[in-house]
Amino acid sequence: MFGLKRRAGTFAALTLGVALVAAGCGGDDTNTSGGGDGGDDANLAVTFLPKNLGNPYFDTSNAGGAEAVEEFGGTYEEVGPTEASPTSQVSYIQTAAQQGVGALVVSANDPEAICDALEEARSASVKIVTFDSDTNPDCRDLFINQASAEGIAKVQIDLIAEQIGGSGQIAILSASANATNQNAWIELMEEELAASHPDIELVEVVYGDDDDQTSFDKTAALLQTHPELKGIISPTTVGIAAAARYLSTSEHKGSVALTGLGTPNQMREYVKDGTVTAFALWNPADLGYLAAFAAQALATGEITGEEGDTFEAGRLGSYEVGPDASVLLGDPFVFDAANIDDFDF
Amino acid sequence: MTTTQAPVRTYKAHAQPAWRRMVLTRESAIIVMLVLVVLVSLVTVRNFDSPLTVTYLLRDVAPILLIALPMTLIIVTEEIDLSVASIVGLASVVTGLLAQAGLPFPLAALAAVLVGTLAGGFNGFLVTVVGLPSLAVTIGTLALFRGIAVGLLGTTAITDFPEYWTDLAKANIPGTPIPVIMVLFAVLALVFAVVLHFTPFGRSLFAIGLNKEAAAFSGIDVARTKFRLFVLSGAVSGFAGVYFTLLYSNARGDNAMGMELQIIAAVLLGGVSIFGGRGALHGVIAGVLLIGTLGSALRLAGISSDIINVITGLLLIASVVSTSLLAWLQARRSAAIGRRRGRDHRRSEPAPH
Repeated sequence: MFGLKRRAGTFAALTLGVALVAAGCGGDDTNTSGGGDGGDDANLAVTFLPKNLGNPYFDTSNAGGAEAVEEFGGTYEEVGPTEASPTSQVSYIQTAAQQGVGALVVSANDPEAICDALEEARSASVKIVTFDSDTNPDCRDLFINQASAEGIAKVQIDLIAEQIGGSGQIAILSASANATNQNAWIELMEEELAASHPDIELVEVVYGDDDDQTSFDKTAALLQTHPELKGIISPTTVGIAAAARYLSTSEHKGSVALTGLGTPNQMREYVKDGTVTAFALWNPADLGYLAAFAAQALATGEITGEEGDTFEAGRLGSYEVGPDASVLLGDPFVFDAANIDDFDF
Repeated sequence: MTTTQAPVRTYKAHAQPAWRRMVLTRESAIIVMLVLVVLVSLVTVRNFDSPLTVTYLLRDVAPILLIALPMTLIIVTEEIDLSVASIVGLASVVTGLLAQAGLPFPLAALAAVLVGTLAGGFNGFLVTVVGLPSLAVTIGTLALFRGIAVGLLGTTAITDFPEYWTDLAKANIPGTPIPVIMVLFAVLALVFAVVLHFTPFGRSLFAIGLNKEAAAFSGIDVARTKFRLFVLSGAVSGFAGVYFTLLYSNARGDNAMGMELQIIAAVLLGGVSIFGGRGALHGVIAGVLLIGTLGSALRLAGISSDIINVITGLLLIASVVSTSLLAWLQARRSAAIGRRRGRDHRRSEPAPH
């Protein structure tokens, strides 16, 4: 009797555990149909691995990927860690290799840390496409580059020139003083100004350190030191949002133009209240869409990632592989009052 | 029914036949569950039967398995070490910085293990000499060691390590899908099992966990014993940090963030009582493997990480609840026996039931 009751308890615990396992595994029939089916004889199972799940930016890009995979008749899956750390991505790369998917589309949390895992997946004949954040070029087959530095610099200068009428003083609110990409963009913007807009004068570059409050204060200081200022460019999403917040409550609202790189969700209210006319970024949905088509082209053997290879990417048209096995999405996307409500990231 | 026929003076643990005491334990329940999970996964999860699964699974759980060994000893003495994952991160950063500075890799690794040992010694000092509760101490050092690790390296990563060593960390035993680190783990596990279960030192840990005053009066140096355990935990965590660094070819301050919870969860799942004095290493090893296998199978089945966390959490709660439930049933049962025996004595005849 003693034994019986204890055994009953043990069995209860066991049954509960098994039930949990069964519940967990229940969905696998629908989820792992990826294996080897898909198109003709190529493996068109494509897995998207973003930096982390629950991030609106990647939700948008991966929705684009899912749309593309559906168009070419493959199977789409999205996996990922909840926190954006490189080592947590490794187990998902390993899982994709075990499942034998055709291609893995990944945004790397670290350019080196996931390299070995990617190499192992490639030796299990999984094609690797990176998007948004690249790894070391040796570790992947193709990188989908969201925007070129030249494109980013040019679109912001074009936007500000249009908004201030082609002449006057402008300033730049950047991230930190030693941010490599920001400095490269600023340099290219100066070249673009000198070449195409000699009447626009860049009076100062200030650094908000990608901190909301610092960027806010720097914006206020800029407007005090340069009363003639007609426009501000902020090539960082934190900076542009903070600057917009300052402008929207100041007397300069509407008279000082603001543009730069921002996300629709952060900028929506300032576009609607007239503080900001237009700003730029790439379209993450297109980025995911292109990455999925690139994965398909690799999986079918249509391209190998050599420079000069070309492939079709559905509604986006034809693309060519550039140097370092990278593909450029195109010119940055301009968001304004007319289209901002189509985006949620 | 058989129990009532036994003589009146029986010790509780021996009230049942030996096979039943061996088989019907928390540890075997976990082992059976592990086997079940493996079987169910083999049948229902595609690609689970590939040798890659074994390799990846064992590689990933290796740091957890390693640290679970000293953690078991610590929890058996009714203490806890929450700083282990931070020591892993610290050791990883130390390995990276020294290797980058041009030190031969074995020396850098040795230094990292030494740093881990010192970190463990610091925990032990605060717990045993200063006399602070280990929960509070190691919550503090969890933040402290992690802070030092991130502070030393900032947000950058060191990724350049000698290929010989990184390949060794990922190598398999020739002809099998089993990583070579498992050999080292098997040796360590054997040593820990012998120490915990078959030496006076090991028995003293259970004694401390059950009642540290009684243990002290029996001639056990409680403070020195605990100090040794924290040092041991630090050293093993330091070594796990070196392994982690090589496995991912990557030294970062935030390496192994949150791993302490995975380790402690596995140890508790393996049947070690958080109140000390109870536990066995084979249960702990099965516990680590159970959580690892479950995660691997669910990931393969395309289940998202949130759901995997939910399932692991439920499993842990179920295991803890089932223990308490069993204890409660036993207590009720003992009380019932006591009452019946009382009646028996008065009537001098066995009561029907």
